[in-house]
Amino acid sequence: MKALIPDFVLNAWLSVWGMLPPLMQYLVETTFWIMVVMITVILSVAFTTYFERKVIGAMQGRIGPNRVGPLGLGQPFADVIKLLVKEVIVPTKSNRFLFIIAPLLTLIPALATWAVIPLTDTFVIANIDAGLLYVLSLTSVGVYGVILAGWASNSKYALLGAMRSAAQIVAYEIAMGFALVGVLMAAGSLNLGVITEAQSGGFLNWFLLPLLPLFFVYLISGVAETNRAPFDVAEGESEIVAGFHVEYSGVAFALFFLGEYANIILISALTSIFFLGGYNSFFEGWTFLGEGHFLREPALLWLIIKICFFIFVFFWLRATFPRYRYDQIMRLGWKVFIPVTIVWIVVEGVMSWMKVGPWA
Amino acid sequence: MLFHAILFYVFAAVLVGAALGVIFARNPVHAVMFLVLAFFQSAMLWLLIEAEFLAIVLVLVYVGAVMVLFLFVVMMLDINIERGGQGYTRYWQLGLAIAGLMVFELIQIIMARGSAAGAGNDFSVLAEGYSNTKALGAVLYTEHVYAFEIAAVILLLAIISAITLTMRKRPGLKQQDISAQVAVKASDRIRIVKMASEGKETES
Repeated sequence: MKALIPDFVLNAWLSVWGMLPPLMQYLVETTFWIMVVMITVILSVAFTTYFERKVIGAMQGRIGPNRVGPLGLGQPFADVIKLLVKEVIVPTKSNRFLFIIAPLLTLIPALATWAVIPLTDTFVIANIDAGLLYVLSLTSVGVYGVILAGWASNSKYALLGAMRSAAQIVAYEIAMGFALVGVLMAAGSLNLGVITEAQSGGFLNWFLLPLLPLFFVYLISGVAETNRAPFDVAEGESEIVAGFHVEYSGVAFALFFLGEYANIILISALTSIFFLGGYNSFFEGWTFLGEGHFLREPALLWLIIKICFFIFVFFWLRATFPRYRYDQIMRLGWKVFIPVTIVWIVVEGVMSWMKVGPWA
Repeated sequence: MLFHAILFYVFAAVLVGAALGVIFARNPVHAVMFLVLAFFQSAMLWLLIEAEFLAIVLVLVYVGAVMVLFLFVVMMLDINIERGGQGYTRYWQLGLAIAGLMVFELIQIIMARGSAAGAGNDFSVLAEGYSNTKALGAVLYTEHVYAFEIAAVILLLAIISAITLTMRKRPGLKQQDISAQVAVKASDRIRIVKMASEGKETES
């Protein structure tokens, strides 16, 4: 680092930095980290699309993208450039303002949620006490993008897609919230950092095993919440063409695409944090490695491995299951998941009252 | 605290603007979106006084759930937009009376708060480590636990009664019993009968 930047530049920078008022320093620093996390997430989204096509290709006995760049790794960028140069068509009699703002409304909450996600044991952009509630409220705001896109398009297919999506998201949000109630009961805090800390100390201390039903409810609700297969009735190619984004093209469509994949990464990250110990190591319980062994230390790498696994699960589900019928989606959400979560919250309450389990 | 004051006036201005938008928007979907904006801005105001729990719950419940259903209903209405706006003059006496009452009540509250040692009119920072969420929970589950539980039961009652109102049993309605479908065995649907071959006998 020292060799790259001459001394006088560094000194000048440091003296300018020191002159700034603390509030300004804080703003610059936070903005810098926000940019770092956001650019990382957006780049990950690009490669997630590549990953999806490769995974599904392999599962279906195909090769997947392999033309652009080595191993086809340039494919996401080729797609982005293709979408950027295409014309954005705003349908006649559509509501122009809402039509344009709708893709942004799906993307922004997905990116803003990263503010409270603890990436390592020391780094989180905003360490707030109500972090879990913040996550819940932002994921629930994301539905507006879909509904407004469907309504503003002035198209029957889009409206049908929006209706389906709204009902589905409202239904699964309740199950998701209840699953998180279990997590916060176990951790005793709404702060995501504290929740991760509560799961330190090896695999057996993760909330995965004691909260196994809630883990499955959360993961499946997450799939439903992101409108991914097998819960993709909002898009339903075979019935309503492309659902809520049927009228979108070019950059506007690219934003929806970005939002969908950013949501997948986000749900994967949240599942890892709530149930798989976030940045905590898999091998923390291996005491024979000795104190301070690098495999036992918490690190960003562990979180990334967990996130990648859940992203893979999303694609795996998509390649495996046929689409749910709409009434069965509703039945699963209201009549199966919500009772399961309520029962497990009661079980958990009894367990913590009897002092059994990791929270004792 | 100048920064706080600037933020407060910006949020408050947007809030008032959004509230006016709810009334004056011709298109009902626009009105709903203005209302969403208004909720968001009031959540921001609450964040400024470090009531983060209330702020986030406001967004979660009203923006995330209630307004989605509102939008859902409004989207389905086939409203003639040109016709809107005629109703303004018809009920102006009633509207004025309600507005007057609300202004009177607000003035009462402001005067009561103003006399109580200047509470609530500065942007004082709370002590480090003070958690609004924890404080609220502690009061809600100890001091006000009965009121809290009763409110929960009343809400549950409302849910159940709403569902009961829509439950009608029509005769001849075909319903799917998923667990019966899953539990079905091959022997329930087909019967395999073992019988001797008849080929030779028919031939002779």
